[in-house]
Amino acid sequence: MTAVTSPPVGRPTGFRVLASPRWRRRNLTFDKISFFLVFLVVPVIGYLAFVVSPFVQAAYFSLTNWTGFSPEMKFVGLANYAKLLDDDTFRKAVGNSVTLAIVLPTVTLGIALIFASLVTVGGPSSGRIRGLRHSSLYRVVSFFPYVVPAIVIGLIWSAIYDPNSGLLNGVLTRIGVDQARSFAWLGDIRTAKLAVMFAIVWGLVGFYMVLFIAAIKGIPSEVFEAARVDGAGRFRTAVSITIPLIRDNVQTAYIYMGILALDAFVYMAALEPGGGPANSTLVIAQQLFTTAFVKGQFGYACAMGVFLALVTLAYAGLIFLVNKLTGGTNEVGE
Amino acid sequence: MSQTTTNLREQSVGSADGTRIDVAEPGQRTTTSDKIVGTVSHTVLIIWCVLVIVPLLWVILSSFKTSSEIFASPFALPANWNFTNYRNAWTTAGIGSFFFNSVFVVFGALFLTMLFGSMSAYVLARFQFPGSRLLYYLMLAGLTFPIFLAIVPLFFVLRGIGLLNTLPGLILTYAAFAFPFTVFFLHAFFRSLSRSISEAAAMDGAGEWRIFFQIMLPMARPGLATVAILNFVGLWNQILLPVALNTNPQNYVLTQGMASFASQAGYSVDFGALFAAVVITVVPVLIVYLIFQRQLQGSVSQGTNK
Repeated sequence: MTAVTSPPVGRPTGFRVLASPRWRRRNLTFDKISFFLVFLVVPVIGYLAFVVSPFVQAAYFSLTNWTGFSPEMKFVGLANYAKLLDDDTFRKAVGNSVTLAIVLPTVTLGIALIFASLVTVGGPSSGRIRGLRHSSLYRVVSFFPYVVPAIVIGLIWSAIYDPNSGLLNGVLTRIGVDQARSFAWLGDIRTAKLAVMFAIVWGLVGFYMVLFIAAIKGIPSEVFEAARVDGAGRFRTAVSITIPLIRDNVQTAYIYMGILALDAFVYMAALEPGGGPANSTLVIAQQLFTTAFVKGQFGYACAMGVFLALVTLAYAGLIFLVNKLTGGTNEVGE
Repeated sequence: MSQTTTNLREQSVGSADGTRIDVAEPGQRTTTSDKIVGTVSHTVLIIWCVLVIVPLLWVILSSFKTSSEIFASPFALPANWNFTNYRNAWTTAGIGSFFFNSVFVVFGALFLTMLFGSMSAYVLARFQFPGSRLLYYLMLAGLTFPIFLAIVPLFFVLRGIGLLNTLPGLILTYAAFAFPFTVFFLHAFFRSLSRSISEAAAMDGAGEWRIFFQIMLPMARPGLATVAILNFVGLWNQILLPVALNTNPQNYVLTQGMASFASQAGYSVDFGALFAAVVITVVPVLIVYLIFQRQLQGSVSQGTNK
């Protein structure tokens, strides 16, 4: 249907066979030297200056009491990290971020997987393996939110959740739910986190649905036909055939989605710029930003950044581990 | 499960009669459970599509209303359909100039990162030299670490070279942060291209520069298009870098402008104009998406199946 290239379901082997010849030290002509300078040295220097060095510097600043506005800074060792452990607001933010990182990928990818299998192989159980009718319409429409910038998704939903003029309360009071009159979805501690998470899921299901559709289409249809002949129903096919065969795509998606959920700054900046009622939606990234650019505690903010990076790495490692323990490969898609 | 067995029985009976030999013909026979599953699936998908479309339609509707109309009722149609809100958003709120800033920054960064990214990816894919593996992992690290960690020192790096709060500074930063993804993706792509072609060109006496620009780059066009699209979406939506590094309101990019517009002093926000600004931001990209959706969805699949 689409110009979808078949994804490598089994890992392509034999990549190494194509690997390059060793770089020979002889025949270094002007052509070769200038080529290497411009093609590799110049961009890598830029990359080191703008990306790698800030990361390294951040790690160092996290060990100082730098305010960012004065040139003085004192080396304080791990004091900032010790302070993090006692910081109640920060602990709250960590808890919220971890909740987001657990709930958001699971819900989003779960919905996306179900939709993707309905659209690709959910059709009638006889005849050719195919999806539901109108499947491309569902696919195109579901993808709409992905072309909306994240900040705008946040703005749209904060308007929808508005207590008085919002769409949600408008619909609810219209159908007779009277408690919804002037209910502040984003201002109530019971609903704020759910409301924020729904907006994020709304924005991302379509993207991952399209991703999984492409992966499922890469599975040869003979596999599904064989499963059907062996008497597997839809649910069984999804659990025993589809998910194991696209597990590497699911793993990649889980990691992308988890990194996004651990950040979540953009959505929060639009939906809950103040951290929500009783800080119930405050995330690490917001707290870091406030600490650095409002309070001027750059050293302390860098310690938060290092902490966030460690959590992110641990998260990715955990996903790899789970995938490996349950029988998948342990490769970064290369 | 049961419907499958029924089908099998039907099929075998059919072929025994000798009337229907082409068992695998895409039959239109639907069983009861097929119908139930089909109805439920369609219902769920239709509900989701409604959930996607209704908020977008509501935003368009609201963008034609005055602020008092918006507060009066979320559903009522605007008293008169005119483009006042759009004019206000475009000029008074400055969405117009934010839009052009975004275009300038994103395309500048896209050009830089595509040029240098494809060159480095090509070198890393084709040649092995001491440290090439290390460089590759350095790219991977840059891809995984959260930008947040870098933001504070980056502020001072840019201030140090005098590019803080300038659009060229933002272009360089955008390009540098899109660089590892570009290299990572195109690295795999260049590896998959046949080596024999570049070797043949080298035999014929083409230098390294010519081999790259005249032979390898044109061959990598599908991969380049994919990365360019994914980078475009990523950079267009970027907000953290501009919010921290580009604080001069005249230089605001679109995402940043939208954020500040929305957070301006609570109640005095011109909601009609805000909705109009949202429409201005979304509709051009939505139209481009509807035109190119086939290519884009192909790209998404390529981009994540590296």
